[in-house]
Amino acid sequence: MNWGSWENFLAMGGYGLYVWGSYLVTLVLMVVELGLLARRKSNAIGRIR
Amino acid sequence: MSINWFKYSSPQTFFPLAGRLALGFGALAVLACAAGLYLGFFVAPTDAQQGESYRIIFIHVPAAWMSMFLYVVMAFWAGLGLAFNTRLSGMMASAIAPTGALFTFIALWTGSLWGKPAWGTWWVWDARLTSELILLFLYFGFMALQAAIDDPRRADKAGALLALVGVVNVPIIYFSVKWWNTLHQGASVSLTKAPTMAATMLAGMLVMSFAFWFYSIAAVLLRARCIMLERERSSDWAAQYARGAA
Amino acid sequence: MVAALRCVIVRDLRLAARRSSDVMTVVLFFVIVVSLFPLGIGAEPKLLRTVAPGVLWVAALLASMLALGRMFAADHADGTLEQMMLGATPLGLVVAARVFAHWLVSGLPLVLISPVLALQFDLSQELLGVVVLSLALGTPVLSLIGAIGAALTLGLRGAGTLLSLLVLPLYVPVLIIGAGAAEAAASGLGGHAQLLLLGAMLIFAGAFAPWAAAVALRISVE
Repeated sequence: MNWGSWENFLAMGGYGLYVWGSYLVTLVLMVVELGLLARRKSNAIGRIR
Repeated sequence: MSINWFKYSSPQTFFPLAGRLALGFGALAVLACAAGLYLGFFVAPTDAQQGESYRIIFIHVPAAWMSMFLYVVMAFWAGLGLAFNTRLSGMMASAIAPTGALFTFIALWTGSLWGKPAWGTWWVWDARLTSELILLFLYFGFMALQAAIDDPRRADKAGALLALVGVVNVPIIYFSVKWWNTLHQGASVSLTKAPTMAATMLAGMLVMSFAFWFYSIAAVLLRARCIMLERERSSDWAAQYARGAA
Repeated sequence: MVAALRCVIVRDLRLAARRSSDVMTVVLFFVIVVSLFPLGIGAEPKLLRTVAPGVLWVAALLASMLALGRMFAADHADGTLEQMMLGATPLGLVVAARVFAHWLVSGLPLVLISPVLALQFDLSQELLGVVVLSLALGTPVLSLIGAIGAALTLGLRGAGTLLSLLVLPLYVPVLIIGAGAAEAAASGLGGHAQLLLLGAMLIFAGAFAPWAAAVALRISVE
């Protein structure tokens, strides 16, 4: 699939908002989940000591 | 040689194994995700009817599959814990719920963003989307029940019963919603039935499913480790680990 | 054993008779919710006739959910529940008897008053029959499923709202089939299929829900 240019890739045939809105929200949520887990772990370790 | 099946059924032995597994599956997830996204964006062609908006499918369908799969796995661990009264099974079930809820939300969010360009509305009462919404409520109910009970053992068992009742109901809910949907809508709007799915599209979806699956395993194992540290905080091995982690 | 179950039912009915406000609250809630809908969506007769079965069903569902908290809470508070669990009668049967009494007090009045409320929506005769029958079959299912939720949330803080959150997803199929019966009858297909399905749900729930609720009670009390 040859996009031709960065602009075409970002625009996604006019649906850029929907496509990137989906992918970015998914990525953000996964990062947030992992971040919350890291914090939960350090809290748990803190409570042990 | 006899296999000791129960070696890892104690938090103490499972904790380090879970850490190693989480790392391994996390790495696999990144690789699979890279492969899947490459397939999805650079190999799969443009769809004739939906243009580029269909590319949301590479997240929407895997997320929906994971949301249902994780619920069944959660019910499995819950049932195991209820039957054999093992602590770790209950911890696994509790660890799975938030990740399952996350994927359910992603499925709903991406479904909504896909529906807008495809059907013009942000929400369609499609049988699958409606069932996903109810599945989200099932996850939230499980998490809320466990949060409301202080005693961890009672929380495990109560959540387990709820998860088992829920898993029995999921097919009933799906079929009743499907029936309701076909009665009310003439044309069947199914977000996942592309009449002819190019092999590359299917491949991209499958690889992304594996990516999400590996991610789920990693996230659930990490959360299970946190739960183990929280619940077993008065034990020796936890104290040793905390000292070591300083 | 039958004597023990009859004892449970009679006791529950007697207690409900003493606190008749509980029964009246549920029925009044049902009446008020149903009366609110025309105020909210407009009084156009054709619209009201179309939404009547759904409105009656949703209101009955909400009203019976209101009553669920009462099912085990009072006995749990004064220790009677532990006595029942220690007794010779299987707990599942005791729960079944309790749910039956609960339905007689919280579900059956809704079924009986629904024809009167249907008048507000100008529902036709045969449709009215289908709606009443669907409620008669459906409200026991709601009580049975609700018993599991009530047993799980016994004694918890915020039990009322938590109970609703737990039980609503499980109520959805009953609502869809129940309200669908009248809709199918209205469109000429006849509501037989949905009513039969409701009957099947009732049998299934009647067989499994008391047992599940008994397990939940043991989890909550121990």
